[in-house]
Amino acid sequence: MENTVVDVNDLSRSFGGKSALDGVSFRATAGQVYGLVGSNGAGKTTLLKHLLGLWRATTGSVRIFGLDPVRDPVGVLSRVGYLSEERDLPEWMRVDELMRYTQAYHPTWDESYARELLETFALDPAKKIKDLSKGMRAQAGLIAAVAHRPELLILDEPSSGLDAVVRRDILDAVVRAVADDGRTVIFSSHLLDEVERMSDHVTMIQNGRVTLSGLLDDVRRTYQRSRVHFVDHMDRPPVLETALAMEGGGRAWSVVHSGSLEQFHHSVAARGGEVVESRDATLEEIFLARAGRSRQQVEAA
Amino acid sequence: MDITINLTDGVAIYRQIVNQVKYLVASGLLLPGEELPPIRTLALQLKVTPNTIVKAYGELESSGVIQKRQGSGTFVSEGRPPQVALRERRRVIEQRIDALLAEAHQLNFTADEILRMVRERKTEMDGAAAESAELKKEANS
Repeated sequence: MENTVVDVNDLSRSFGGKSALDGVSFRATAGQVYGLVGSNGAGKTTLLKHLLGLWRATTGSVRIFGLDPVRDPVGVLSRVGYLSEERDLPEWMRVDELMRYTQAYHPTWDESYARELLETFALDPAKKIKDLSKGMRAQAGLIAAVAHRPELLILDEPSSGLDAVVRRDILDAVVRAVADDGRTVIFSSHLLDEVERMSDHVTMIQNGRVTLSGLLDDVRRTYQRSRVHFVDHMDRPPVLETALAMEGGGRAWSVVHSGSLEQFHHSVAARGGEVVESRDATLEEIFLARAGRSRQQVEAA
Repeated sequence: MDITINLTDGVAIYRQIVNQVKYLVASGLLLPGEELPPIRTLALQLKVTPNTIVKAYGELESSGVIQKRQGSGTFVSEGRPPQVALRERRRVIEQRIDALLAEAHQLNFTADEILRMVRERKTEMDGAAAESAELKKEANS
């Protein structure tokens, strides 16, 4: 396969008898951006930690650059940049010490890039990590993750809790990684509009399983959002075969559905309705529709 | 380059870029031979993955709207066939017309009534535009 950077095959992992990941497969090729979405506790962070060799698979395999990150952590991690969700950094270090420390483990460290970012972010190199604000911590962590121009950049909820300026810094770093050097980015996020802008591929994880994975444009084309008007007032959403979620009331409903548009038109007409408008669903609509669906399944069980 | 991305449009981002560039060229806001921003620059501006720009530029290139010049950037093609512009422009308007007709049907307006309303609105808008042009002239004199 052309330049496979990440190869996860049928990965399963339990913690204390509880399944965290169940048969997860995921592949990343060089020069692409991969967005990982899912509810809290769905398994995104767990998956990312397996890529870094922080967890060992119970079954299945994980290969980064063809290497096992558990068996060969140095070989893998020297080529990876990572920003954890908690911005896990040594509290007692100063910013410049963090840079030196990171540089020691990453021979490809680009000092001028690091300095450029420090300046752009106006980060005081003499400040201790523990004295930094949330946004500055993320910025410091970001510099440590990107300044060595890693072949693979892994960002876990990079924008969470950050203001628009810092969020833009992070997105810029992602764009530059891919545009300048053809490197690979995997990021997990709750901000679906950000995922929609920045991802080439999107993978959705629910309850430890991959429920959706593919090129973003393809995934969006698979689901449509249609506005539907019915002749009769409906108290409850009518049952439409390919519908995943319905919102609205009375005669006007908004439906997220899959399958062919023609099929949908038929099933709507059969219920005495008319499709007013159809377009590809947004990632948020797909996510909400699918998340809602699994909730329904849980309730039915 | 004056391009905006809309996530609720239902249209894939690369296609929005393609459509807008075609529109800019067709309306003369981008001139033949004018340079387009490099991929990285536009990706940073729009805050999208660079591969989306690559895809958009790729499609614009294969439909002859733009040209990549060896090592020196991407430029609007000289002397594009005008039919391409017309087809694209028609498609945009036809989408709007379809949506309008559907709404009209729901609200119990006939196509003739809609046509009449379109002309009425156009007259109103022209009148308002003329009025504000007059006011501007008065203000500047």
